[in-house]
Amino acid sequence: MCDYDVIVVGGGHAGCEAALAAARMGASVLLLTLGWESIADMPCNPSLGGPGKAQIIREIDALGGEMGRNIDHSYLQIRLLNTGKGPAVHSLRAQADKEAYQARMREVLKAQDNLKVEVSHVENVLIKREGQVKGVETREGERYRAPAVILATGTYLGGRVYIGNESYSSGPYGKPASIGLSEVLKRLGFRLARFKTGTSPRITRDSINVSKLKKQPGHILPFGFSFETHSTREDQVMCYLTYTTPRTHDIIKANLSLAPLYTGAIIGRGPRYCPSIETKIMEFPNRERHQVFLEPETRTGEIVYLGGLSTSLPLEIQREIVYSVPGLEDAEIARPGYAIDYDCLMPTEISPWLETKRVPGLFTAGQINGTSGYEEAASQGLMAGINAVLKLRGQEPFVLERSQAYIGVLIDDLVTKGTEEPYRMMTSRVEYRLTVRQDNADLRLTEKGFSLGLVPEERYEIFSKRRRQIEDELARLRTTIVSKDAATSNLLKEIGTSPVQSRTSLGDLLARPEVNYQSLAIIDKDRTELPEDVILVVEIELKYAGYIRKQMRQIERTRRLETRRIPTQTDYSQIHGLSREAQEKLSVVNPRSLGQAARISGVSPADIVALMAYLETGSHRRKHNSGDINEI
Amino acid sequence: MSKDRDTIVAISTPLGEGAIGIVRVSGSSAIAIARRLFRDPSGRHGRELKPWGVRYGSIVDCETGEYIDEALAVVMPAPYSFTRDDVVEFSCHGGVAVLTRVLEAVIKCGARLAEPGEFTKRAFLAGRIDLSQAEAIIDVIRAKTDSARKLALANLRGELSSRVSCIRENVLMLLAHIEASIDFPDEDIEALGTRDLTQRAQKAVSDLNELVRLGRSSRVYRDGVSVVLAGRPNVGKSSLFNTLVGKKRAIVTEVPGTTRDVIDDWTTIKGVPVRVVDTAGMRKTRDPIERLGVEAANEQAGEADLVVVVIDGSCQICDEDRDILLQMTDKPGVVAVNKCDLKTELDEAGLIPYGGGKRILRVSAKTGEGVDELEQILADLAVTEITGVSENPIMANLRQLEALENAKHSMEEATHALSTSVPPDLTAIDIHEALFWLDQITGQSASDDLMEKIFSEFCIGK
Repeated sequence: MCDYDVIVVGGGHAGCEAALAAARMGASVLLLTLGWESIADMPCNPSLGGPGKAQIIREIDALGGEMGRNIDHSYLQIRLLNTGKGPAVHSLRAQADKEAYQARMREVLKAQDNLKVEVSHVENVLIKREGQVKGVETREGERYRAPAVILATGTYLGGRVYIGNESYSSGPYGKPASIGLSEVLKRLGFRLARFKTGTSPRITRDSINVSKLKKQPGHILPFGFSFETHSTREDQVMCYLTYTTPRTHDIIKANLSLAPLYTGAIIGRGPRYCPSIETKIMEFPNRERHQVFLEPETRTGEIVYLGGLSTSLPLEIQREIVYSVPGLEDAEIARPGYAIDYDCLMPTEISPWLETKRVPGLFTAGQINGTSGYEEAASQGLMAGINAVLKLRGQEPFVLERSQAYIGVLIDDLVTKGTEEPYRMMTSRVEYRLTVRQDNADLRLTEKGFSLGLVPEERYEIFSKRRRQIEDELARLRTTIVSKDAATSNLLKEIGTSPVQSRTSLGDLLARPEVNYQSLAIIDKDRTELPEDVILVVEIELKYAGYIRKQMRQIERTRRLETRRIPTQTDYSQIHGLSREAQEKLSVVNPRSLGQAARISGVSPADIVALMAYLETGSHRRKHNSGDINEI
Repeated sequence: MSKDRDTIVAISTPLGEGAIGIVRVSGSSAIAIARRLFRDPSGRHGRELKPWGVRYGSIVDCETGEYIDEALAVVMPAPYSFTRDDVVEFSCHGGVAVLTRVLEAVIKCGARLAEPGEFTKRAFLAGRIDLSQAEAIIDVIRAKTDSARKLALANLRGELSSRVSCIRENVLMLLAHIEASIDFPDEDIEALGTRDLTQRAQKAVSDLNELVRLGRSSRVYRDGVSVVLAGRPNVGKSSLFNTLVGKKRAIVTEVPGTTRDVIDDWTTIKGVPVRVVDTAGMRKTRDPIERLGVEAANEQAGEADLVVVVIDGSCQICDEDRDILLQMTDKPGVVAVNKCDLKTELDEAGLIPYGGGKRILRVSAKTGEGVDELEQILADLAVTEITGVSENPIMANLRQLEALENAKHSMEEATHALSTSVPPDLTAIDIHEALFWLDQITGQSASDDLMEKIFSEFCIGK
């Protein structure tokens, strides 16, 4: 007897999306959290988005997830980054009112049908004799049964906090660490890694001398994170920028013996993209200063986050550091920074649909999979929620390809290569960046979200209209031939571009760098009024058609490898020509396709050809006697 | 595995004047074929061919019973052979004529001529060797000269890889700077400006250019030097071609399927492997078909390493001769004044201004007069071509050359993009493409290295 279809452990960004997705797909879901105040918390930077991450939020939104809508309702400042660097990398970033963000997410959870939220501390995962998951057990011994369990426990697994010479078992901000769950995973045979992260001190708003700081205002834009948003709020909150000084650096160098990162107290591996200020100063001694961002945590509240000053030095040293920064001479530390290390699964323990390989029915999402970041966590939660339900229905898992989505790259990287540090999404990890942009996330994914039952009818209608408008306008511009009259030549002269040759289409003209959609209005008489987000996609598709074609060719080139499936039962030790290292790595990862196999570090092109030869010659069929090579 | 494999045969030692040549047969009927055409010294059929034994005997034509050559036969049954097929090797006398006849005899018994590298391909598919080994083996096999073999071996040790790695490092750095500025937009990372980036890209282009040039010239080592015969119609090019190639061409044409549209052939001139190419007569013409022939001739002449400009010595020099001479000014070679057996009408001094410094030589394709001297000069020039390529020649096979060319092309596009207003995320596409092709040579994965580079180069993190 099962109490629920799906149990989600943890109410952070991964847990929320997982629970919502599963419930929206019609499963009965129980979300277990340590407390309502932990729901969708932002224990580090109070901000969402930025390069790579903004694209993920767009994709979550396009698939019918909650994060995009939630931040659009609760940000206190929003900016568009990378505008000069090309269409693929335009990235929104928002400063969240973290309390408002949490409050709205709590309301969404409460309002969701099929979803129940309970406050409880899960300490055990219950396993059937045959090895499948059957539920969870709380610290109090209460048992909940479900055929699918999603662990989204964040940094709580065996968490340990460090400040100066002190260290104690803890989750973020004094919440209890989950020791039992960590032990359970070890007992089940999972290989665990120990990662480290850290956060900055918070100061009080009143104690800041704003006159010495550089202002960082928000932007007014015709869109938000969600495809449902078409404007930005006007009452944005100012953020500020300041810099460390040589004195800051002296203080840190003088007190390194008190830094747990340098005393050897912390064994966990920290993220290189998010180093502590100690690390930055020691690793890059020639830098004269480092940026410090002042980010209010809420619209009206007291607390301001000091981005860039992550540290685990003792509180009194943290004070000296803060005082040494212009504008913060009298700042009052409201909460000190700290380092935390925690257990996570080696992500090669997980399948591309986020189910653990050892325990069928047990899914994991977020920091437990070795990632860092709210957006990375949320996207995994969404995918785990979807796949848990698909599994219960006996359907094929939902896996996104690298050429389809940032989420596809994120999960493929994790389960294929593992990670040696907390994994953060960056646009440079995405090889097909120009085709997976934030402006076309809905074109790539909303159809899928709709068929999964995550995107409501009404939203799908709006999307279909937009897709039709884009397709029609692209076709119209590609086929409308510019007339070679005086009006045209005058306009082109004015724009500073060369005259048209025979049979030049409006689309051809738009491909010229100096021409844009608006500038052709006079000679484009059939033009109808279109929304800005439609024009944006149309313009990018035409203007960068040459590069998009190049990228499509790159995708096509790998397709043969990506679609060549490898049987799950493959015995790599029996394949001639594979190096020993490749045999070991392939056995651990058990890749789905030749493409995935090729991305495993330690597997060389020669190994891939050997693998290909093995698959081609059909010898595997004799060995395994199975023509069906699909998973599940 | 050998069950469904047809049987292939090839001469597996280099064609030339070696003492011993080996004909190798691989496939399911290899042993049966050997039994049909091998006779032991007493003249009996080769039924007693035993695995792993070396047998002395003779090879006969299985249809006519005609004796071809004495030989040693070795039988290597599947799967304990290079290809994991049944394999039989005949060691015969090394002459081209003999080996070709043995080859034909095996084909008559039902084997088919192996495609280039097909033995290695079989070994590879059978899991006997990995890809890089396969490529290196093919290069070693194909090497026609000692220096080519040395180069192929050097390639095994990684000369090409290390050159490519240097270029790759530069390209990766370039990309790291672009990517870091995209991924960390509001951190004041010290990324290079456009001008520095452009310079780096240009450096990569010129390095790749150099590598392509060196790689292309390594073709000379592997494939020998090509000599094109150029001249207007009826000056005796074809006769000279036959004189240079001698009987060997006739032998080759006995093997079916070797007839080609382009009239060219391998030969050794004074021990140097050379490909001699005959061309259609070069002249201005209105006839569209003839014009195609002339264009092909021009193309052949352009690609060849050496040229022999053939002039008819029995008549006066004409404008067409002068045009051809001028066209070939930059190409090393010889001016052969043919038909010196006839009455000489030509004023040799009149050729000098057009010859581009080439030696002018009187020959007669008909009588053979001057041909020896012509061969000596060609051999000397060929050796100069081989040794004069560069101090550090690079052995690159076709696949590697193609990868280098593609990488170069992409870096050219990136350089162009950098110097115009193309946004960096698009420029990155070209650079990624270049890295992809470089990785095809080194077998590395750029994505992992890129992350390393970004993190080691820049102080990143809020």
